[in-house]
Amino acid sequence: MTNDASNLAICARGLVRRFGDLTAVAGIDLDVRRGMIFAVLGPNGAGKTTLLRMLATLTAADDGTATVMGHDIAAAPQKVRASIAMTGQFASLDEDLTGRDNLMMLARLWGFRGRAARIRADELLAAFELSGAARKQVKDYSGGMRRRLDIAASLVVTPGVLFLDEPTTGLDPSARKGVWHLIRQLAESGVTILLTTQYLEEADQLAERIAVIDHGRKIAEGTSRELKAATGSGVLHVSLADQSQLEAAAELLAARLGSAVQRSPEGAELSVPAGNAADANAAIAALIAAGVSVADFRLGAPSLDEVFFALTGQPATSETPQNPEEAAAS
Amino acid sequence: MSDITAAPAEPLRKDRAALGGAPGIAALRHIAPPAPPGPMSNALVFGWRAILKFRHVPEQLFDLVMTPIMFTLLFTFVFGGALAGSPGEYLQFFLPGILVQTVVFNSVYSGMGLSTDFQKGLFDRFRTLPIWSLAPFAGLMVGDLLRHLIAGGIILGIGLILGYRPEAGVIGTLLAFAMLLSIGFGMGWVFIVLGLLVRTPMTVMTLGFTILFPVTFASNIMVDPATMPGWLRSFVEVNPISLMATALRGLMSGTASLSQIGLALIGPVVLTLVMAPLVLWLYRRR
Repeated sequence: MTNDASNLAICARGLVRRFGDLTAVAGIDLDVRRGMIFAVLGPNGAGKTTLLRMLATLTAADDGTATVMGHDIAAAPQKVRASIAMTGQFASLDEDLTGRDNLMMLARLWGFRGRAARIRADELLAAFELSGAARKQVKDYSGGMRRRLDIAASLVVTPGVLFLDEPTTGLDPSARKGVWHLIRQLAESGVTILLTTQYLEEADQLAERIAVIDHGRKIAEGTSRELKAATGSGVLHVSLADQSQLEAAAELLAARLGSAVQRSPEGAELSVPAGNAADANAAIAALIAAGVSVADFRLGAPSLDEVFFALTGQPATSETPQNPEEAAAS
Repeated sequence: MSDITAAPAEPLRKDRAALGGAPGIAALRHIAPPAPPGPMSNALVFGWRAILKFRHVPEQLFDLVMTPIMFTLLFTFVFGGALAGSPGEYLQFFLPGILVQTVVFNSVYSGMGLSTDFQKGLFDRFRTLPIWSLAPFAGLMVGDLLRHLIAGGIILGIGLILGYRPEAGVIGTLLAFAMLLSIGFGMGWVFIVLGLLVRTPMTVMTLGFTILFPVTFASNIMVDPATMPGWLRSFVEVNPISLMATALRGLMSGTASLSQIGLALIGPVVLTLVMAPLVLWLYRRR
């Protein structure tokens, strides 16, 4: 598959954005083919949102260039805007208005007049199962309903590229599945989707290609399978019977297999990339010989979590809220 | 089209419901953008939004008129006799002034609204739309002017009930309201700038009133400056708020001179000329 300009929805070269002393995005290249779901994966503060905002013309790039649906983000932002939609991390809706009013307002801003705006709003409400709440103020919506309305608001006109910034952050598992289902359906209908996520499972489930971002740089890119393969053939998971032996066991494994060892937060579990079964076997034997009581061990394909660890040397923080204020508010 | 084949529809729907998904997305029409609307049309949509807000949040009207109503009643009946001989005479002096104060104070709310919209991320959506970039502000102004008309109308109504009589009649009152709207338009820019600069709506309000309280009290809205110390009087006399109050009194009593009207309009005109480009710059930079 050639990535010439005509089948690329997004083509970015060397994008940079600084905020004072902080370089949020430090030179990122990105090629996203039309019609695919592309995930930008990374921990908080990696620069995902800033990257998305630059591509969506919300933040100017300090350096580098990018085209979205063939239009230059710096030279023709208005043309870019005409072919994209963005659903930010926090529902960008007018809470005082009803769901229907919100959609009608956007339809009118796009140029639908009178009845056409109402018809489009009602179509979207029906498609997103919000007809029953059409006349309710958005402030009375549940989190899942808000997110659905927010995505509906991005589809008033079918966008070429839909940017979704952490589309399932803060949603309960069933609402999250609903949003995933929706994103897949959208992609099937031909919309290119660029989403950011800090959930490894989400990128694995949804995206055809994944770019892993850390400290403003792209540290890896590929399909989920390619990324997993990059960490070696497999990962050795070891459960210990005695948690106090954790550090000693970790050091031993690291020395034996020559890779960084990830400690599970729950305690007595370690995982480490292993080149092949023979190496893994030798490492387990060495553990037992050293007097470590091994409760369980298995060799498996790496999860994205382990991929991320192998690439960055730190675990991807996934379930912690973004900032303490939010945690206090919820 | 596949809907016609009825057989698999039922289990399929159940399946999707179990997934918690939205079964209708697949059926959603692909819609290309209609002909792009003009800037005026964009601005009117934001105006429409402001009007909807009145319908959905009528309590905001309460915020807008409570303070001026309390001021009117307190000043008229508590201080009026002492200040002007009788409450009735004081009301005749005070009412045009409190109209100016109402409009000036209420401009703070548009800054708060703007700050709220930014905080909620609503502007992120607006800024990714292919619309005239100043349209949201133009719409904000439409809402503001409407708020000023409603609040001004209520205060005038209460004044009339209490015995206030505009000597210039209906025409003078209409001209006075036109002047009020100009004042509101000019002051609005100040708080739009504040709304763009300040992160939280509460800070916009605190800052706004910190600026506005001294400026409105050190004016001729409440009392004739004749008894003030010289240094204060020289400030009060050039205070744009005083110039506005003087012109409004003149218009409503039919004694306004062209120079009074011109002086009152200096503030709003200068503010618009300075602040509107500043708003544009701040907005694009944000």
